[in-house]
Amino acid sequence: MSNSANGAALPGAGGLGSIFDARQQVSEAVSAGLKRRYARERRFRLYGMLATLFAVVVLGILLFTIIRTGLPAFTQTMIKLSVTLYPQEIDPKGDRDPQTLSSADYQRLVRDALDDYFPDVTSRNDRRELFAMISPGATYVIRSMVMADPSLIGKRIEIEVPLKDDIDQFAKGKIDREADQANRRVSDKQIGWYQRLVDRDLIVSRFNTTLFTAGDSRSPELAGIWGAVVGSFWTMTLTLLMSFPLAVGAAVYLEEFAPKNRWTDVIEVNINNLAAVPSIVFGLLGLAVFIGFFGVPRSSPMVGALVLTLMTLPIIIIASRAALKSVPPSIREAALGVGASKMQATLHHVLPLAMPGMLTGTILGMAHALGETAPLLMIGMVAFIVDIPSGPLNSATVMPVQIYLWSDAPERAFIERASAAIMVLLGFLTVMNLLAVALRKRFEKRW
Amino acid sequence: MSLSTLLLALLVLSSLAFYLGRKKALSAAGGNLRTLHSLPNYYGYYLALWAGIPALAVFTLWLVLEPQIVQSLVVGGLPEAQRNLSPGRLGLLINDIRNLASGNIVSREVAPGLQEAAEHYVRLRDTSRIALVVAVLALAVAGLTFGRQRISAHLRARNQVETVVKVFLIVGSTVAVLTTAGIVFSLVFEAGRFFVAVSPAEFLFGTEWSPQIALRKDQVGAQGAFGAVPLFAGTLLISVIAMCVAMPVGLMSAIYMAEYAPPRLRTVIKPILEILAGIPTVVYGFFAALTVAPFFRDTGAAVGLTISSESALAAGIVMGIMIIPFVSSLSDDVINAVPRAMREGSYGLGATQSETIRKVIIPAALPGIVGGFLLAISRAIGETMIVVMAAGLTANMTINPFHAVTTITVQIVTLLIGDQEFDSPKTLAAFALGLVLFLITLVLNIGALRIVKKYREQYE
Repeated sequence: MSNSANGAALPGAGGLGSIFDARQQVSEAVSAGLKRRYARERRFRLYGMLATLFAVVVLGILLFTIIRTGLPAFTQTMIKLSVTLYPQEIDPKGDRDPQTLSSADYQRLVRDALDDYFPDVTSRNDRRELFAMISPGATYVIRSMVMADPSLIGKRIEIEVPLKDDIDQFAKGKIDREADQANRRVSDKQIGWYQRLVDRDLIVSRFNTTLFTAGDSRSPELAGIWGAVVGSFWTMTLTLLMSFPLAVGAAVYLEEFAPKNRWTDVIEVNINNLAAVPSIVFGLLGLAVFIGFFGVPRSSPMVGALVLTLMTLPIIIIASRAALKSVPPSIREAALGVGASKMQATLHHVLPLAMPGMLTGTILGMAHALGETAPLLMIGMVAFIVDIPSGPLNSATVMPVQIYLWSDAPERAFIERASAAIMVLLGFLTVMNLLAVALRKRFEKRW
Repeated sequence: MSLSTLLLALLVLSSLAFYLGRKKALSAAGGNLRTLHSLPNYYGYYLALWAGIPALAVFTLWLVLEPQIVQSLVVGGLPEAQRNLSPGRLGLLINDIRNLASGNIVSREVAPGLQEAAEHYVRLRDTSRIALVVAVLALAVAGLTFGRQRISAHLRARNQVETVVKVFLIVGSTVAVLTTAGIVFSLVFEAGRFFVAVSPAEFLFGTEWSPQIALRKDQVGAQGAFGAVPLFAGTLLISVIAMCVAMPVGLMSAIYMAEYAPPRLRTVIKPILEILAGIPTVVYGFFAALTVAPFFRDTGAAVGLTISSESALAAGIVMGIMIIPFVSSLSDDVINAVPRAMREGSYGLGATQSETIRKVIIPAALPGIVGGFLLAISRAIGETMIVVMAAGLTANMTINPFHAVTTITVQIVTLLIGDQEFDSPKTLAAFALGLVLFLITLVLNIGALRIVKKYREQYE
């Protein structure tokens, strides 16, 4: 309230007239201040609106830039090659021995095919530049085709193979054609050849399946997130298996059985504090205790899951306790009244009623763990891993770490793929959150 | 037999035990279920536990102890000269033996006797595996027979099963305490080893940070410097910038949502803030490093300012954005906890809505809001990915937000990524930094939780 109004509110010493005067003065002072006060009100409200708007706009910008950077990664520019599978190159003896087939020089066949397109490119340097336009993955494509069907040998096959990431970026318009040749990763000659290929209809753009089927690679056009997805899958499965029973057990004990004493107080304070300890500290714990002391293999989903379990436990415990608290005492009393033991009342009646709330908390905790990166860097899950991990003790990486690794890479194409990986990760997280919301909506009971 | 098959076999045995236990109990009851002390299923659980738990305990213990025992046996079998090597070189030797045993490439030429040792190692490991399978299965069967003998109509099966379940519940609740103990123990232990090499005073008050230990003694800066003050300053700078963004925006949006926003708008904005809260930090880091930082650099260049591409400003602002939903939801909770009567009293006296908020609600909610801010600061200090990706590595002492600074968390990550040995001060320094980080956040958290708790009690 404005000060002038307060000051004038004191009635002056005098008769009725002066009281009337004082009233007059008060209402005048109040109405004089009103305009200013309303302006302040509007300003304050505007600040609130702006703050909220800021948060919304920032989210919009964040998603927009990620989608804009990431979308091109879902397509890959391919070149159509017609490769002649000369029997004398692949299998000189003609016995179709898999060993021979797998070690044949397919790169040469690719180069021959490219030479057919550009008979005019003859100098050594030029040819090197020309061959550099095609991804090293081309040879694997041919090899796996031949290995799968040796009868192809001797025939001429039409295939589509990925172009090298720089050419791909150029095709997507990400490299400035006008820039000085020294400042871009594609040379003028390569642009000329690329143009000729386009004119002859030999360049096509396809959906990038490699992104979803391959592991990591040094060449962006051959790199995929499948290895990281599988690593995340193992890590999350183990985390769930370890953290859910422990957390539910802890919550049930603390909420239903624990006596109120110093020890349970210590546990309570501990859980609340652990929920706020920086995640990187859990990584240090994992490094010193799980890897250093217990000898769990470095970089394995197992050690990652152990660390993430400890990290998500407090989150799930807190949510589970809230779920147990919301079950009314009458349920317990009714069960005890008909002769159930305390454990039966809890396990048969209270726990099932609290389960949806616990599951919601668990899903949210898992979503948190799925996006966690920092502690995993400490325990060696940043390694460059090409193979798809086949078990919880193999070396593996997880999606957020893959994003971190790619966004650190100098190649533009990796940045693009990192954005695409973020989109996939956010997709998973959205599904998990929607699941949690649906679960809450479906089973939430108001007592 | 692989370990997972063994576990599966154990599971099958336990299920079988459940069935057998139930059957025995039913036959002991002789058709009259009332003579049984517990429900038949409890006898099943009872026997399943007898079959499963001892075997599982041995299984776990075996897996933990096996590597040590096998290793000491292998070392014991080595010639005298190799047995007395220094621990470091012995470790290398054992590594070689292991690599040989698993058919990997060995780092150097195979020494005579090493091949033998590797074979010895493989033999021992195979024996141990077979012994494990035999022991576990035998124990499971023994437990089953023993438990089955004890089943009678008078056996208090329910009570015993419930005791086991309760023990499991208690174990679950102690994991949190064990975790804290593990954190404290490992940090203090490793940091203690670091402080043997570098004095705590130098670490806490030194102003030069260059942890690179040179390979040769005569190289420049061969010793490395471990004065952590620049890291503390950098952390503080970035956290302050973050809080400058998060505090006003978070608080004002919470006020707007709680007091002004029409319900329909609230149902739209709340999920949006929740999305912001659910975005992984690595995504914010990506955003900071590839969008915000270049934007600031280019804007700075356009107006004639040199802004580093790893400026504290970019990292701080993005970190602030990350914390907005956190501040907002905590403030929202405490604002909503202010009793309605206080609001209505203020309106009744003729105050406008904003006057009520500023003079009544915020003062009443202040302890809760401050607690929320403290938690937010602790989050900013402990946040890792954003700074790892967007802040610098060089330890500058500056308060200029346009320069690159480094933080405690960045240094922990850089010190520990890649090859490492546990006895160099460089690696151990990470644990000392971790200890500092843990203590700072612990104090902030305990303080904040205490304030928030007190505040809640006030209005309950």
